[in-house]
Amino acid sequence: MSTTSVLFDLPGPRARRRQRIGTVVGVLVVIGLIALALWRLGINGQLEAQRWAILFDPASGVPQALGEALVNTLAVAAVAMVAATVLGALLAVGRLSEHAWVRGPVAVVIEFFRAVPLLVLILFCLLFLPTVGVPMTAFRALALGLTLYNMAVLAEIFRAGILSVDRGQSEAAMALGMRKSQVMTLVLLPQAVRRMLPVLVAQLVVLLKDSSLGFIVGYIELLRQARSLVEFFNFQFGNTYTFQLYVGAAVIYIVVNVLLSQLARIVEARTRRSAKTAATAEAELPADVQMGGGGGAVPV
Amino acid sequence: MQFLSDNFDLMWRAFLTTLSLAVTSGICALVLGTVLVGMRVSPVTPLRGLATFYVEVFRNTPLTVVFFFLFFGVVYIDVQFPSRFVTAVTALSLYTAAFVAEALRSGINSVPPGQAEAARALGLDFGQTLRSIVLPQAFRTVVPPLGNVWIALAKNTSIAAGFAVTDLTAALQRLANANADKLLAVFAAIVAAYLLITLPSAWLIRVVENRVAIVR
Repeated sequence: MSTTSVLFDLPGPRARRRQRIGTVVGVLVVIGLIALALWRLGINGQLEAQRWAILFDPASGVPQALGEALVNTLAVAAVAMVAATVLGALLAVGRLSEHAWVRGPVAVVIEFFRAVPLLVLILFCLLFLPTVGVPMTAFRALALGLTLYNMAVLAEIFRAGILSVDRGQSEAAMALGMRKSQVMTLVLLPQAVRRMLPVLVAQLVVLLKDSSLGFIVGYIELLRQARSLVEFFNFQFGNTYTFQLYVGAAVIYIVVNVLLSQLARIVEARTRRSAKTAATAEAELPADVQMGGGGGAVPV
Repeated sequence: MQFLSDNFDLMWRAFLTTLSLAVTSGICALVLGTVLVGMRVSPVTPLRGLATFYVEVFRNTPLTVVFFFLFFGVVYIDVQFPSRFVTAVTALSLYTAAFVAEALRSGINSVPPGQAEAARALGLDFGQTLRSIVLPQAFRTVVPPLGNVWIALAKNTSIAAGFAVTDLTAALQRLANANADKLLAVFAAIVAAYLLITLPSAWLIRVVENRVAIVR
């Protein structure tokens, strides 16, 4: 029995009739709203087929440009994800170190990068680092900013994962005579990563969402590309294709993210089934981390 | 310090803009999120479907895209916002409501089923059960996650800067252009201003959490 159905009785005949009427009315209202929106669009001439055709017509250069922008988006997300995973694992190990002089600074680093709004972090990379002699491009600033924030988040995720591995595992490894580093790399980390895999993929969705901040710092990702395409076409045709291009870019973003979310769900289902990894209760990202843009962590 | 006092006025106004963005959207998101979660657990299937659809769409849409759409897209269905501030508040509220609903749903799931069963046994209907039994308890357990959503919202207001709302991040960009030699001070001041919102919030959340926690 699902947890929600405890909230209400199975509806009887009268309630069912009321619900059916309500459903019909609700559906009519929703259809009405959609029709209203479509009608306004139609009046403004936004639904004409030739306006939408530009999204699929290779001769206009639009599909290529959007495809390139999608590759750019995925590229920055991939670079940041790989770097953040590696650095996050290192930080997690550092945070669990037995030496206070390792543990302390690592904790400060993690807390700092989680506390700053992600956009401010990216702007810092973009504006400040060049003044101290680090060559910067929009791509590097975006990738670096995303890496710094996500490594801190992933470090916390990995730490929780490592701590969730049964204590007997490390005790047994120690009893076999392994060094501390061996216990970590051979016994604890593999189990923790496998256990945290669903959360890792979910974090990838968040990272991909955050890569849209590139729009603000001038990285040619999907939105920025749509904007420059619009400016380009406005020059020739006026406002003709603006709406179509924006919708195209937004839809690509949403489709890619939904696909990734589905992947996360599949990975989670597999992890839960597999006998090697006892399912963890905390297999989901907290709501504030899912919001992206720096999440809700503050140093305390 | 000279630099701080010179630009205090600009920063103070930017700070107030950020704060009012966060507070207004926070309240709207809380209301909308509560309605959404009520729909999501309701006995009426279409309402459940609608709320689930809403949450899924917004969870998978970058906030920048929501902003983008409200700023550049909705004029084509003849919707006009009175000001850029209102547009930004709308974008932030619509986006955050999905996450408020998610946080609240986990809270509702954590209320022991016996509570709702007892309420139904007493003859309360769905609305009464939710309003007077389940939601009050759910709200108490979700104070920490809801608080974190609020802090994340406060940080997310920075995206409004990309759409010509003069908040803290916009002030940052302006000051950084004007004071290229004092970049570190500019960044430190802006980060401090954000912390001025988030740190007291975190403290307040902890206090409220301790005050309302249910011992089970």
